[in-house]
Amino acid sequence: MRRSIFAALISLGPCLAAGVIFAQDAPRLRGPEPFTKETPAPPMSRPITDDVRVMRNYPDQPPVIPHAIDGYAMDLNANKCMSCHARKFTEQSQAPMISVTHYQDRAGNTLGGLSPRRYVCVSCHVSQTNAKPLVENVFTDMDAMTEPERQPERGRR
Amino acid sequence: MDLTRRTLLKTQAAAAAAAAANVTLPASAQNILTGEDLHLQWSKAPCRFCGTGCGVMVGVKDGKVVATHGDMQAEVNRGLNCVKGYFLSKIMYGNDRLTQPLMRMKNGQFAKDGDFQPVSWDQAFDEMARQFKRVLKEKGPEAVGMFGSGQWTIWEGYAASKLMRAGFRTNNLDPNARHCMASAAVTFIRTFGMDEPMGCYDDFENADAFVLWGSNMAEMHPILWTRVTDRRLSHPHVRIATLSTYEHRTTDLSDMALIFKPNSDLAIMNYIANYIIQNGAVNREFVEKHCNFRLANTDIGYGLRPENVLEQRAQHANDAQVSSPSSFEDYAKLMSQYTVEKASELSGIPKERLETLARLYADPKVKVMSLWTMGFNQHVRGVWANHMVYNLHLLTGKIAEPGNSPFSLTGQPSACGTAREVGTFSHRLPADMVVNNPEHRKHAEEIWKLPHGVLPEKIGYHAVQQDRMLKDGKLNAYWIMCNNNLQTAPNTNNETYPGYRNPANFVVVSDAYPTVTAMAADLILPAAMWVEKEGAYGNAERRTHFWHQLVNAPGDARSDLWQLMEFSKRFTTDEVWPAAILDANQGYKGKTLFEVLFGNGEVNKFPLTGIDPAYENREATAFGFYVQKGLFEEYASFGRGHGHDLAPFDTYHEVRGLRWPVVNGQETRWRYREGYDPYVEKGAGLQFYGNPDKKANIMGAPYEPPAESPDAEYDLWLVTGRVLEHWHSGSMTLRVPELYKAFPGAVLFMHPDDAARRHLRRGQEVRVVSRRGEIRSRVETRGRNRVPQGLVFVPFFDASQLINKVTLDATDPISKQTDFKKCAVKVFAASVADAGDVQ
Repeated sequence: MRRSIFAALISLGPCLAAGVIFAQDAPRLRGPEPFTKETPAPPMSRPITDDVRVMRNYPDQPPVIPHAIDGYAMDLNANKCMSCHARKFTEQSQAPMISVTHYQDRAGNTLGGLSPRRYVCVSCHVSQTNAKPLVENVFTDMDAMTEPERQPERGRR
Repeated sequence: MDLTRRTLLKTQAAAAAAAAANVTLPASAQNILTGEDLHLQWSKAPCRFCGTGCGVMVGVKDGKVVATHGDMQAEVNRGLNCVKGYFLSKIMYGNDRLTQPLMRMKNGQFAKDGDFQPVSWDQAFDEMARQFKRVLKEKGPEAVGMFGSGQWTIWEGYAASKLMRAGFRTNNLDPNARHCMASAAVTFIRTFGMDEPMGCYDDFENADAFVLWGSNMAEMHPILWTRVTDRRLSHPHVRIATLSTYEHRTTDLSDMALIFKPNSDLAIMNYIANYIIQNGAVNREFVEKHCNFRLANTDIGYGLRPENVLEQRAQHANDAQVSSPSSFEDYAKLMSQYTVEKASELSGIPKERLETLARLYADPKVKVMSLWTMGFNQHVRGVWANHMVYNLHLLTGKIAEPGNSPFSLTGQPSACGTAREVGTFSHRLPADMVVNNPEHRKHAEEIWKLPHGVLPEKIGYHAVQQDRMLKDGKLNAYWIMCNNNLQTAPNTNNETYPGYRNPANFVVVSDAYPTVTAMAADLILPAAMWVEKEGAYGNAERRTHFWHQLVNAPGDARSDLWQLMEFSKRFTTDEVWPAAILDANQGYKGKTLFEVLFGNGEVNKFPLTGIDPAYENREATAFGFYVQKGLFEEYASFGRGHGHDLAPFDTYHEVRGLRWPVVNGQETRWRYREGYDPYVEKGAGLQFYGNPDKKANIMGAPYEPPAESPDAEYDLWLVTGRVLEHWHSGSMTLRVPELYKAFPGAVLFMHPDDAARRHLRRGQEVRVVSRRGEIRSRVETRGRNRVPQGLVFVPFFDASQLINKVTLDATDPISKQTDFKKCAVKVFAASVADAGDVQ
């Protein structure tokens, strides 16, 4: 309970601190000011291609894709993602193997390969760009709750 | 792929990641959690995004949602979620959540031209009540209105309907579902006499062919798309045909991608009907036994303002909904104009491909599932388009059995449950009843225990009309809940924004985040969202599903339900009901609206002790009774015994949803079919019992042109829509960093040759201009959508690129749903000087 009151106070912070309540300039969230004004479109963001694995927010989160997927075929004849992430290619590619959950069909039977219901990788796995988030997200990592000393930044929240 | 480079990178990855995250790698296993620390409280909830209605398991620890995953026990999705669903954990935690009411003030007083200042709930409701009472007194109930949502929970929509219709005596209540599936809902009633699909998602596992009409399921209904692709890839005989105005991820996985010119879908469907008739593929017995033929009024206009020349010129703009009884012969004669040549010419699709498509419907051995969403519904002839696809299924008898299924997909989590079943449209009451039927009003007054005559009969303002009336100063006290209409309505610069800032109007917006709409309001009320309240939704396959409150909303944020009910305490019947009704019903005199609407012995009859002690329930605690149960049970009494049967309230907290009608504890998967639907009389086989003669209507209608087409100056079609990662106006998904970074801003998808002709490069800044307004965007000639020459696509999630300043407020004249898929624009480079500013 103490935690939730604290969280509420924190979230009031921006309102109390600023004379203008919505000081942050974020037209992508709140639109132009005034509404009728035309805002320039910022340059398109670039895809992140550093191949550095990104920690998941929680175990069941589909990992984001740390490389570009421009032009990857995903049609009735080919699934480009599987040319690295299929079990048999992972030694060669050093890419993570698709999760074991991806071998199960709708009824829970384990198949010999990628389940057809999991065929469209990009329904769940998305690549990332270098765009800077518009607003902080104060989601709490479950580890930060149980061992705050290990993640001092998150533990403060 | 460059494997060498890859391998090299991998060896550095762990160290780099650790360094980047500023984490010291653990020296031992001492940090492995054990015992209590490992424990999360898991509960079920439906996803709060699209109309698919996936089940989600939500993990809570110390009052926070810390994890979510697909619910293995949910029939809809069996453990899968799309990327938005997987990130539900983070939607409530954007750091700019609204946590207290904000009112425009000057010198400590409300002022339309003031700045937003934090106020208490009491101050907020005091001013709001003062304004509503002023408007009611000066102008009467017709000047009061509300714009709600297919994202409202069932009881929120129900409470809103009671407050507006019975409390304030106005039907100026409409949901944003009007923008989403009004055409589908209206056509269900016109065809079958009852709303919502006869089939269900089980059809996916039984169909031999899927025909997608203007639907990009791979991005908009990704989990249902997994069921389609599963079926296709597991059963080689299955075929997918996708009709669209451009290529996208769905066409990538289709056997046939048929790219047609906007609006020509009407001609294609009529051609298929003609093919069925000409080739003897009509199921005569079925048609004779189960169908009537009707012909629709034609030349029906475009739902623009009445003074618009297009409306003046239209012969049947004022009686667009009328149709007349006809015969198979007359219908066949009308269809006979739609030869393959004509359909091919209008649509641009080669004849052979049209014939291949027609054969799917005509072949009696092929079980066909037709699927559609916004391509049909957001269409100036959306009702006709819906009719035309039913015609194909009715002519061939391919309906209401496993795999043979015309299926209308929905865009919002409770478009069916709240907007349609509860009846929050300006013409509807619960269980398919309508406000302009005196018997229906009387029945509602009885269930609601209200004096006769309280419910108004005049149909209220629909969504687009509300905006026009706000602008014209005829709608003056307005409450917007659970939607972002200033971003999503059409032609907003001219028709929506002026009404919000009209000095004669007081506009209230309830939302969880400061949206474009909230920023244009006079009063912002902070809302609880999703699992911060107990809720119920109804998905596209008639499935009603519930969830518990799992965490508390931040600060002073309160659910829409609490807001509606608490606000009702500030009005007495004497202030809002006519004296004549109160004189004749003395017992209602001097009561608050809360007492007569929610303290009526029904809504308040379930005590707090009935609440599952494992969960909080803020609304119940606030009002002293099990609010949600009382509202739901009163509401359910409208439909029980009438083909809309819902299970008892408590059942829904136990199961992963049930598809209505739920009779004797059994859900109904295929309606109208004996053996599946208990409402079909024994021995009848099949009955479309929504209509008195138990028959469905085959409705003949022609091809008619759209309201606006490209010309020499405005030379491109503009299509708007969504992307996978963002839901609607992005107010939730843009605040999840992973979703934002996946698709951070809107772009203008354009054919490379169209770009080259305009000397535009990929990534260049452009102006997108229509006769109504303009935005700036960036050119995208690659990526997931491949548009044909002459057409551009811009998604609407980005508030800095408000594409609805550009769109046209033309609607289907019958359903009043806007056509967001067709208007004319021109595109050219933003000036060099401006481009410099950006850098």
